[in-house]
Amino acid sequence: MLDTFREIFGSLSRNKLRSIATGFAVACGIFLLIILQGTSNGIIHTFERASEGFSFDAIRVFPGFTSKPYNGIEEGRRIKLDDTDSEVTMQNFPDELSSAIAQISHTANSASFGKNYLSNVSLQGAQPSTQEMEAIQLLEGRFINKIDLQEQRKVIVISDENREDLFKHGERAINQQVRIDGITFTVVGIYKDDGMMSGNDFYVPFTTLKTIYGKGYEIDQLQLKSKSLDTEEKNDAFEIAFRKVMGVKHEFAPDDRSALWIRNSASENADMTKAKNILHTSFWILGLLTLLSGIVGVSNIMLIAVKERTHEFGIRKAIGATPWNIISMVVLESIVITTIFGYIGMLLGIIFCECMDAYYGNQTMDMGFFQSSIFVDPTVDISTCIHATIVMIIAGALAGFFPASKAAKVKPIEALRG
Amino acid sequence: MMISLKGLHKTYKGAQPLHVLKGIDLEIKEGEFVAIMGASGSGKSTLLNILGILDDYDEGEYTLNGTLIKNLSETKAAGYRNRMIGFVFQSFNLIPYKDALENVALPLFYQGVSRRKRNAIAMEYLDKVGLRDWASHLPGEMSGGQKQRVAIARALITHPQIILADEPTGALDSKTTIEVMELLKELNQQGLTIIVVTHEADVAAQTNRTIHIVDGQLGGKD
Repeated sequence: MLDTFREIFGSLSRNKLRSIATGFAVACGIFLLIILQGTSNGIIHTFERASEGFSFDAIRVFPGFTSKPYNGIEEGRRIKLDDTDSEVTMQNFPDELSSAIAQISHTANSASFGKNYLSNVSLQGAQPSTQEMEAIQLLEGRFINKIDLQEQRKVIVISDENREDLFKHGERAINQQVRIDGITFTVVGIYKDDGMMSGNDFYVPFTTLKTIYGKGYEIDQLQLKSKSLDTEEKNDAFEIAFRKVMGVKHEFAPDDRSALWIRNSASENADMTKAKNILHTSFWILGLLTLLSGIVGVSNIMLIAVKERTHEFGIRKAIGATPWNIISMVVLESIVITTIFGYIGMLLGIIFCECMDAYYGNQTMDMGFFQSSIFVDPTVDISTCIHATIVMIIAGALAGFFPASKAAKVKPIEALRG
Repeated sequence: MMISLKGLHKTYKGAQPLHVLKGIDLEIKEGEFVAIMGASGSGKSTLLNILGILDDYDEGEYTLNGTLIKNLSETKAAGYRNRMIGFVFQSFNLIPYKDALENVALPLFYQGVSRRKRNAIAMEYLDKVGLRDWASHLPGEMSGGQKQRVAIARALITHPQIILADEPTGALDSKTTIEVMELLKELNQQGLTIIVVTHEADVAAQTNRTIHIVDGQLGGKD
């Protein structure tokens, strides 16, 4: 085996320029393949980073306006959800859902601590399960609990961003009194602002908000948590059934999609997974096509090389080389060229990806109301490298095969004539 | 009997089939030094190719040292060529990017002999043809006579039953021609069977027997 490689390196180093020219195309192909993979990984990681703040079993229902007349009532009517809807929903879908909670919110004029204040503060009426539903990460203290709800306590959970605005001297915020439109709330918890729109929300007990601001029975949002809705079909079926139930209760047509807005993160997630797979696959295909042109190049040059070496193959056959000896020699030559230059391309590609990571990996795009990373970890992992290696070896073998079979067909008598 | 040909026919197929060998009967004993002479187109090259298992024949029988050579697979033919036949060509046919030692050792590579062993053996044979000091030279750096001696060393390295030499002196000047012929004679005296194809009468004169081939048939012998 070692001997065979010595033979191959002998003939490759004989014509260095041609070997390099041949390998260059492959190196380029692999280089681009790696960069494409790195880029697609960067985009996918960005997706994933952005979706960390979501829990994938949450379904949010918002009231809308009817777009069709129903039961003699004109279209354009505003639907009002009320706090009995959560109960009705649970009664109708005990197998599909694990919980249904009502949510209300209120925009207060200001929140203040000493001389520091924030204006236009959004208060969210929360329940203990809101934390899980909205994937809220607590940094300090606790979230709204059952007793807060029962006793309608005036407690509040604020984000770390808002803590910095209100407590500018680095005071400990927990147990401090914050005034919201003249009413005093006690801070019980700090949550991590995920950079998305919800960072300005102040969470207070649902019952407290309802009582203080005279919200009555109307609610802003119904939050559902799925139990068994793990496929797209089940989610679709549930949404249709849910609209029917709500349609009866609130008098709108079951197929009137604008009467209720349903945001289902499970199906959103399924869509995203699909998009990720498509992205990943299409980048592989692009990379492979680039590589293919490299391989065709290798095959072409090998074909010319074989033609030039007809005489040599004739000599080798005359002194005892079998057709298999010749084929394996040419194919191995092709694999060696492809793999060596492929690794050079791979190495350069990885270096390029690491540079991209260093320059863009931590850059964020500030869109005013939320921040987004544009490129998270645009690098390739070891499995991509292993796949690329396998691809290179197969590619080399393919590129070498046709020239090799041509070489094996060389007739010594013709080659040795003259 | 080293070589035995019985009623050998060969026709090149094509739009105009060419009947090249028309029934050749020939016997060559072990240790003979034979010259085959003939005009171009007489079929002497075809005969040599068949003797060297580089080409197949249509009719008849060719036995080489007791082995019937007929309808062999390419792989089998390659094995026989490697072990039974040593070739010496007019144009030397050395591999230009391999030095003298590597060229001589190449047949052993195809026998799977280890590099160290085959290089040692090759050095021995280079020494035998007087080119020990030229072992690391490429063919391009050597004279015609030296190249032919390297080719002879390569032909000898596998201990073949016969040496087939196709116009071995055709590309050499008269002085080196004598040198190469002396070497072949010496090898013959050591017991090797040698067949030389030539059109030079004085080369043929140095062999034990000359076979004339005329229009695909054996002519006069002397």
